[in-house]
Amino acid sequence: MSKVEKIKLLKKRYKAERRFKFYGILSVCLAILFLFILIINIFSKGSGAFFKTEILLNIKFDEKKLGLNINSSDKEIQEANFEEILKDALLVLAPKVPELKQAELIDMVSIDAALEVKKFYFYNKGVLNKIAEVPLTLSDDLDQVYKGNFPRDIPEERRRFSDFQLKIFDDQISKNKIVYKFNWSFLTNADSREPELAGVASSLAGSFFTILVCLILSFPIGILAAIYLEEFAPKNKITEIIEVNVNNLAAVPSIVFGLLGLGVFLNYFYLPRSTPLVGGMVLALMTLPRIIIPCRAALKAVPPSIREGALALGASKVQTVMHNVVPLAMPGTLSGTIIGLSQALGETAPLLLIGMIAFINVVPATPIDPSAVLPVQVYLWSESAERGFVEKTSATIIILIFFLIIMNSFAIYLRNKFERKWS
Amino acid sequence: MIKKKLIIISAILMMISSYAVARDQIKIVGSSTVYPFSTVVAERFGKQGKFKTPVVESTGTGGGFKSFCGGVGVQHPDITGASRAIKKDELELCIKNGVTEVIELPIGNDGIAFSHSVKAKDQNFTKTQLWKAIAHDVVVDGKLVKNPFKNWSDIDKSLPNIKIEILVAPPTSGTRDAFDELVMVKGCDTDFQKLADKKNCTKYREDGAVIEAGENDTLIVQKLTSSPNIFGYFGYSYLAANKDKIKAVKIDGIAPTIEGIQNFSYPVARPLFIYAKKAHASVIPGFKEFLNEYTGKSAVGTTGYLFKVGLVPNSKATEDKVRDTAANLVVLKQ
Repeated sequence: MSKVEKIKLLKKRYKAERRFKFYGILSVCLAILFLFILIINIFSKGSGAFFKTEILLNIKFDEKKLGLNINSSDKEIQEANFEEILKDALLVLAPKVPELKQAELIDMVSIDAALEVKKFYFYNKGVLNKIAEVPLTLSDDLDQVYKGNFPRDIPEERRRFSDFQLKIFDDQISKNKIVYKFNWSFLTNADSREPELAGVASSLAGSFFTILVCLILSFPIGILAAIYLEEFAPKNKITEIIEVNVNNLAAVPSIVFGLLGLGVFLNYFYLPRSTPLVGGMVLALMTLPRIIIPCRAALKAVPPSIREGALALGASKVQTVMHNVVPLAMPGTLSGTIIGLSQALGETAPLLLIGMIAFINVVPATPIDPSAVLPVQVYLWSESAERGFVEKTSATIIILIFFLIIMNSFAIYLRNKFERKWS
Repeated sequence: MIKKKLIIISAILMMISSYAVARDQIKIVGSSTVYPFSTVVAERFGKQGKFKTPVVESTGTGGGFKSFCGGVGVQHPDITGASRAIKKDELELCIKNGVTEVIELPIGNDGIAFSHSVKAKDQNFTKTQLWKAIAHDVVVDGKLVKNPFKNWSDIDKSLPNIKIEILVAPPTSGTRDAFDELVMVKGCDTDFQKLADKKNCTKYREDGAVIEAGENDTLIVQKLTSSPNIFGYFGYSYLAANKDKIKAVKIDGIAPTIEGIQNFSYPVARPLFIYAKKAHASVIPGFKEFLNEYTGKSAVGTTGYLFKVGLVPNSKATEDKVRDTAANLVVLKQ
């Protein structure tokens, strides 16, 4: 081979290397691009849900109409009717309108408006017999107009709000009585069929309890199973069959676990339907193989010299495993567990069968209260017809992604912090 | 130490089982079409503060009946929603499991709107034309062939010369069942029924003209808005909530108006029901009150809050009758 040929060949090899690097960069770029499009899409749709419009309404807290006085107890305030003073205040916006239009005026605020007035009075008891400016949640139709999600320049019969309502709304905007602010109630309210009142608190609490139950069950069982199979179990036909089955179980579609939950937990043990307790138990079954497999891999990665050293110093088998092997395998085990749990966090299919695809209007306080979970909330809202739920759906996805990022980065942190390099 | 643990465990188990024994919350299952209405009533009912908000599950009509008819007792749901009347075999299952007293309440009606973008020209299709556009096989010149129609004008010269593109619901959807029953079966022409099994009337074509869009109706609305030549169908409440973006086509010359759906002159309309167990009326707190709320004056009728979320109300006479049925817990005759 001549020198020229050698140089040619070398050039060709360099070229191939550059080409390969280029393909790699290209695929990474494509992956980032898709992720970017997804995130932009969700954020641009969902960010609106974190803000809401309120109307500042001058309300006269007439003691006769409320039936309260300055010494009224909290219980009396709870039972007082605030609808009337709210209606009076709304009618001031457009005096002397026929009764039909009055109903349209009342529809401009959310159905919880009287409750909001009551709450305001609860914290500002000094306003009795005075006029006070109270911020009230607007109905979602007007909220969507303000956010530009619903066009206003189309014929009235194709809109969800009347010309009359729009005129008053514009009037209030020009008087600076419409405020646009951070929507705390989205994080503190339970689910509602009124988009302006709907929040994620119930499904957030539901997800928390479900994952808690799942962790409490699957983590100890999974780790003990993995340690036994890896360190103690004899290598024979039976353990081989178990190993194949564990791997198989990790690939079983999640809906199958839901059927199992329905058949065993609900129909045989009569555990309460639609609750995080049962949801967590079903998800624990699903998560178990996903904990056992990485845990065994982590145990396998601990070099035999550690075990032999401990045994040589007179430690028993249990001492060797518990004091030396398991602590070294912990980082891998923990990150496996967290990734397993974050998969469980995003699961809906098995929950359908045990009744967790449900409308829950109260924030659950214990794992045996009926509740939904975050991905279920996404599903239910994406099915809803009202325009306001479109942004709520994306906002819930943002919250779900946020929690997944936190969990997964915690897994990476644990791995990096505690991982031992064997050199 | 072990004793203490045992006490704690048994206390937890007792707490759970006592919860299962005494339920103070209504449980509703059933159709996803009825779900948006049941949830609105449930929420308003809970806000009155006298009883807990009922839990409403979206299980589908068939699944709803299956668990509703599972038996009498607190572990079984109290009410189920249905987008069709109860079938004979479902009622038999109910009776077999001891659910002998079932209260049937028609809460209102739903129309299936065959819709397209507001930007497109108004259209009018007959049921047979729709069937010809969607069916897998049709009869041309006395022979059974694979659906050859590419454009609407291929079906009938009077129809526009645009490509047939229709977004449909998946087979699991109750809306599709109703559409199949009311349009595909009725629009199926007699020539076809002579040459092929009637069951094949509801078989959809697979050459790309009919696109299965998944259960998500919001997505269908978005697709219709972005391309004016595509059609899709869904429940009336979607049309009502998105009337700035989409409009319905006329079927057999009739548009899906409230009156048309109410008196079933619009061909693709169906009644919606809830079914309740009389045996639970004295056991579950708020059971009677909830049925009264569901059929009460503030909920139903054209001024009621259910109308605002897209439920087409019953006629005045039916409305009063249903209210009576709910108030007196009148049981369905077997």
